[in-house]
Amino acid sequence: MIREGVLNAGLLILLLAVPLAALMLDEPFIITLATRAVIFAIAGVGLNLALGFGGLVSLGHAAFFGIGGYAMGILAAHAQSYTPLMTWPLVIEGTKSMPVIWLTATFASAVAALGIGALSLRTTGVYFIMITLAFGQMFYFFAISWPAYGGEDGLSIYVRNSFAGLNMMDPMTFFLTCYALLLAVLWLVARIVKSPFGLALGAARQNEDRVQAVGQRPFTLYLVAFTISGAVTGLAGALFADLNRFVSPTMFSWQTSGEIMVFVILGGVGRVFGPVAGAALFIVLEHVLGGLSEFWHIYLGAILLGIVLFARGGLIGLLAGREVADD
Amino acid sequence: MTDPILATDGITRSFGALVASKDITLDLRPGEIHALIGPNGAGKSTLIQQIAGGLRPDSGRVLLGGADVTHLGTAARARMGIGRTFQISSLAMDHTVLQNVVLGALGHRGDVFRFFTRVMKDAELIDVAERALAQVGLSDARNMRTAELSHGQRRQLEVAVALTLNPRVFLMDEPMAGLGTEGTAQMVGFLDGLRAQAPILLIEHDMDAVFALADRISVLVYGRIIATGTADQIRANPQVREAYLGEEGAA
Repeated sequence: MIREGVLNAGLLILLLAVPLAALMLDEPFIITLATRAVIFAIAGVGLNLALGFGGLVSLGHAAFFGIGGYAMGILAAHAQSYTPLMTWPLVIEGTKSMPVIWLTATFASAVAALGIGALSLRTTGVYFIMITLAFGQMFYFFAISWPAYGGEDGLSIYVRNSFAGLNMMDPMTFFLTCYALLLAVLWLVARIVKSPFGLALGAARQNEDRVQAVGQRPFTLYLVAFTISGAVTGLAGALFADLNRFVSPTMFSWQTSGEIMVFVILGGVGRVFGPVAGAALFIVLEHVLGGLSEFWHIYLGAILLGIVLFARGGLIGLLAGREVADD
Repeated sequence: MTDPILATDGITRSFGALVASKDITLDLRPGEIHALIGPNGAGKSTLIQQIAGGLRPDSGRVLLGGADVTHLGTAARARMGIGRTFQISSLAMDHTVLQNVVLGALGHRGDVFRFFTRVMKDAELIDVAERALAQVGLSDARNMRTAELSHGQRRQLEVAVALTLNPRVFLMDEPMAGLGTEGTAQMVGFLDGLRAQAPILLIEHDMDAVFALADRISVLVYGRIIATGTADQIRANPQVREAYLGEEGAA
């Protein structure tokens, strides 16, 4: 068994080393794959806060991923066509600035998560899964039927957005930007897990009666966790859209929700670095198995089944064992 | 007579045709242990739920320190000073023992929505938690996972968490359940001293423990309180002997 801290550090180093090696070998496609893994990891880290630490099985996180994506798409589309988003009551222009897009994506998906959470969290168990799924599908069909932003065809953005004068069209620069954001998000979640809020949230997941008996309402804890979770996944959506320079309703589809959940389960539910391992493994499998067969999802399914049956802690649990309370 | 800290005023609650609580009026006075006994199915759990906040009575009121709390939820009542222990241990099983007690201290202090401080490095919370663990004699188990505790230790931990809330009343649902002779004797000794800190409404099946501890006993049968009095009065009450104590009471 490897200490979890060592494993996590190794994971981060590997995630950085692969694109660096690809840069030296002049394999830009590998860098793009690594960037995908990093962005998916951010989405998974977001979901994990609700799913792993709060025990909230949300099958609607594509809603936040998509909102993040469309926040980027809409702002950038207006910027590239030089038309304002709205002119009344105040003029809002589009933008190509990444920090503004990130903030907008995070804020918009947080607001959506707050609303969806406030309604969905009145239910539990399978009903919660269904209602979050329903909200996700609502956004999906809304995006399809909204012609102003491409409808079913989605939105294409010609040039990647900009940040601090860096050349974001350079794959390595964009990778490093995403990687830095992943580190920030991991730090945030690691802090939350050890915080008073994290303790109470974890207790609510295990036993709601206990939390009520000490004078706290599980609903409020869940709602805050769900909101932060949605915001983080929304940020990933904005980055994903920027990576592809394309946004489409697929980002809202329930398959997307399922994939984000797969990252979490593969890597380890309720482990801070779980989704990083899960997303990286997913990308590797997609690439390797996808090269072998069109039907690579069958093999992915078998692996997922194996992990669920034999390694409840996912990849991290398999390698680092049960979580240790270090303080 | 001193004013009661906790009181129910004519609580009635039915489930369909079954009347689980029928016009129940009882009170808990400072410094006392008031035991609630009754055969299985008498409605003890339903009553406890209504006092703790998990169930609303159809009619009647629950008063805590003179204030009407009937329409408050469980969490709000806990903040107002109800320290509850559960019949079946209700703890965060994956957390450590210390984390469970710190959770109590945190819930009582109320500043749960802080995201960047390290809760297990909070000296004030740890101090409250460790004193509660020491009081119930669980200090040695502080770093164990709660799921690894023995049944008896879990009962102790339940009490320790209730202690961190510094409650005005303790509401204890069968704290001796499954403790064995030695464990029960320890718990009896502990609760005996605890009544000075806050009065205890004690639901308990163990008659020896009840008669040893209780200042007053109320007997609940089919949702109604048929008698309230001291241990001797209850022992001598023919209605109680018939309905509940049976041969045991006659012996």
